[in-house]
Amino acid sequence: MKSIEELKAIKAKMQAEIETRSAVSDSDVKIVVGMATCGIAAGARPVLNAFLDAAQKAGLKNVKVLQAGCFGTCKAEPMAEVHIPCKDKVIYGRLTPDAARKIVAEHIMGGNIVAEYVVKG
Amino acid sequence: MRDLSLYILDIAENSVNAGADEIRVALVFKDSLLKVSVQDNGRGMDQAFLAGVTDPFVTTGKTRRVGMGIPFFKAAAEITGGSFEIESKEGKGTAVTAVFRTDSLDFVPAGDIGDTMGTLIMRAPNTRFFFSAEFDGRSWQTDTGKIKIGLPPNVAIDDIEVIAEIKRSIQENFENINGGTIL
Repeated sequence: MKSIEELKAIKAKMQAEIETRSAVSDSDVKIVVGMATCGIAAGARPVLNAFLDAAQKAGLKNVKVLQAGCFGTCKAEPMAEVHIPCKDKVIYGRLTPDAARKIVAEHIMGGNIVAEYVVKG
Repeated sequence: MRDLSLYILDIAENSVNAGADEIRVALVFKDSLLKVSVQDNGRGMDQAFLAGVTDPFVTTGKTRRVGMGIPFFKAAAEITGGSFEIESKEGKGTAVTAVFRTDSLDFVPAGDIGDTMGTLIMRAPNTRFFFSAEFDGRSWQTDTGKIKIGLPPNVAIDDIEVIAEIKRSIQENFENINGGTIL
């Protein structure tokens, strides 16, 4: 049986690339995923993971993926809000992992809102 | 919900929202019964609120006036022929325990327990999470307090690579303990 001490193996790996990772700041892009019962039941966890994975693979260190409760439009879950500094927030709904990757590529990196998933306020 | 790990995620989110700084998730399997418990030291509930908490129209939520998490979990356990219990003391914490009959057709798969624990740690990195699994005498446990000691300075437990490693490690160890006992 493996012990958790194996996690310490990560220590060696990470010491090579240590940097102080700061808390969320105003200049960060924030992706907030709804993780209440309605979100989780509709598939929010794989969507959250897809946002994290896409942001990491693209090397986007100023993108913070956060979890929130219910946004109030349960029928449109899984939902996420994208906050880019100095721009209006965009609310996306009926997300899938593929949609999350598309939002990272086209909206966050490319600056173009992915209209097909936008939830009209 | 599609699998047990999603119920656990949802129930433990309640513990995070209750301000708990210690949350214990335990799975114990014996004789076709799986006991899933989530215990926290959060603010707890008074007896009047507790009495109604399995009712979907009782919630602390501000966004909408229904709370489905606990009723869903209770129903998932009871539909297998199992049971559900919730205990709480104001200022002390809450313990939610569901017992599933794993030989029931209605028993949902375990799902990715590691992913659930990792998601919870990201949500509340300052909370100490304990996880334990005990299946027919085989057992494994960990907690984020110990994991933090193993991390280098300046590396946070919610660092994306640390989370990925924690998810992988918990899931792998859980699968070893489970050994195909439950899907």
